[in-house]
Amino acid sequence: MQPNLISRIPVLCRLSESALSLVAGLLGALLTTGFAIWFLKAENEYVIGFLVALAVAVTLSVSRLGGLDHVGRAFKEHEKLMNGAAVCGVLALAAVFREDHFTLLMISIVLLYMLAGLGLTIQFGYLGLVNLSGASFLGVGAYTSAVLLAHTAVPPLLVLVSGGVMSALVGCLLVLPVLRTKGHYSAVVTIAFAILFMSFLQVNDTLGGPQGLATGEMALFGWGFNTGVELENGFYASFYLNYLLLALTLLVIAFALVKRLERSWIGLSMDAVRLDETAAACYGLSIARWKVVGFTLGNFLIGMAGALYAMMLGFIAPANFSFGDSLILVSIVLLGGIGNPWGLAVAAAIVVILPEKLQMIQEYRFLLFAGLVVLVLLFRPDGLLPRGMRTYIPGGGARS
Amino acid sequence: MSTSDVLLSCEGVTRRFGGLVALDQLDLEVKRGDILGFLGPNGSGKTTFFNVLTGIYDFSDGQAHFAGENISKHSAQAVYRAGIARTFQRSRMCLSLSLFDNIMVGNHKHLNLGLGFNLFRRGAFARDYEQRYEQARELVRVFSPNLADRMSEAVGGFPMLDRRRIEICRALISQPKLLLLDEPSAGMTHEETHQLMGDILSVREHTPELSIIIIEHEMSVMERITDHCAVLNFGKKICEGTYQDVVNNPQVREAYLGIE
Repeated sequence: MQPNLISRIPVLCRLSESALSLVAGLLGALLTTGFAIWFLKAENEYVIGFLVALAVAVTLSVSRLGGLDHVGRAFKEHEKLMNGAAVCGVLALAAVFREDHFTLLMISIVLLYMLAGLGLTIQFGYLGLVNLSGASFLGVGAYTSAVLLAHTAVPPLLVLVSGGVMSALVGCLLVLPVLRTKGHYSAVVTIAFAILFMSFLQVNDTLGGPQGLATGEMALFGWGFNTGVELENGFYASFYLNYLLLALTLLVIAFALVKRLERSWIGLSMDAVRLDETAAACYGLSIARWKVVGFTLGNFLIGMAGALYAMMLGFIAPANFSFGDSLILVSIVLLGGIGNPWGLAVAAAIVVILPEKLQMIQEYRFLLFAGLVVLVLLFRPDGLLPRGMRTYIPGGGARS
Repeated sequence: MSTSDVLLSCEGVTRRFGGLVALDQLDLEVKRGDILGFLGPNGSGKTTFFNVLTGIYDFSDGQAHFAGENISKHSAQAVYRAGIARTFQRSRMCLSLSLFDNIMVGNHKHLNLGLGFNLFRRGAFARDYEQRYEQARELVRVFSPNLADRMSEAVGGFPMLDRRRIEICRALISQPKLLLLDEPSAGMTHEETHQLMGDILSVREHTPELSIIIIEHEMSVMERITDHCAVLNFGKKICEGTYQDVVNNPQVREAYLGIE
């Protein structure tokens, strides 16, 4: 390993370590955005295959040269700037593909899966509660929003929140049997719930049964989201852009809150509960309290993602919320790095976009992801971007 | 001995596991500022006593009063809040968390756990954090100045001696009245044990009010630090007194060495 080859490049050695990391971080963000545009534009399967290989090769070699350490450091020391760069990257993608329905839809789904993944991060990453019914909670939010928009005059923004609240409430009931068990029994309880929820949707005629039902649109201040923007000078933007921007806004807020949660006494308490319940109890931590709080917060985020997902798709059916989708959600968390929100971004992009672009692997995607998860667990057991040490105060406050 | 000096008093504490009586009618008193050594062969019920006292197991019979409060029905959480902190025989630390994090787990009862405070009032949180960080650092420094400079390192990377020190710091940070040490020297060399006992004595100098019950097999340790000792065998207390009294007691010799 030659960790710091990059810092030996003549022009760069005059910069301080920290500034060097920032340059590396911003460069990384720029390259990633550029690559994403290229990748999303590509149509030919061979080109796409080449791009995947290129991405893997470049990542591995940059990592060899110590470049990734610099990027990691940039995220640590210049957090606000780097967060801003990431948001700008998504906005750049949105601007480039503003007319392209399908690509915008795909990016929005990535963002919503990340939002749901943040919920799972609280549950699984911090508390250690395995939730194998993520898609069901997504479904609770989705069906809540469909019913509320169809039958009531609740403003759509409140519908989003209601989707989250409903999902959190259902989760509160479900967590009761989980509290009586230790270890990974929450997996069993949530699998049971996933099956129960699926059967409930299939037989429930009011909710459309297996055929599903149409949902209303999102609207803000009387402006419907399902109409694209068309200006006289020829500017046109797909209506999916509206949803993308809203999903991004929700994601940014949720991301900031989850980060703050981790960097607080609450995050510490959740970690302590996950790592050793007996020792935690001997130091006054109420195991039940933290499990309820964490499970509820997580399901709130998942439910809200589901509510917006339903509005964006315009039509939902039980098949959208199958057990397989729950596994996809969990694999995003595992692949990305348990407990690291940034890992979700990488993993959600791989898991959602890759099979859409590479249609030939569509049928084999579960096989592919299963293989990928096994490989990652073998060679990088903490995920592609493992969670680092907790820094309570980002930037200056942390001392070593 | 006036009753106000007594911090912990146990009467007839019994714990049964099915037909097995792990603790049989144990009476015990600990005075404020006292260091009580707990002796006995393996399986004699020493750790069971700690587990019953700290609410991990229920009392089958008998009761315990701590600082005037009946704690025999208390949950583990309530026992901690009343002022009893413990370490574990098999060190139970959060190995992936930092030294500071581990110590803060022990300070749970003093932490503000409100959602509003932790998520939205970050300025106030930062001030709280700074203060607690300094407090934890001061405590760690009593044990080892070297450790005080490594507060943000993962505990998994420290040797056993340091882990034991950190575990004791975790127990002390909440300023308990009674500290239960369950075989702190387990898995350490003679030299390390010696150092750790030095640390415990210096803690005692800093906080003369603190009472300690220590389970230990290393006799030299017991001789050096305890004020008096109690010996258990098959869940029964067979002897109590100063270290010298206890080691010369024929029943104790029999329990340890068998009948000649």
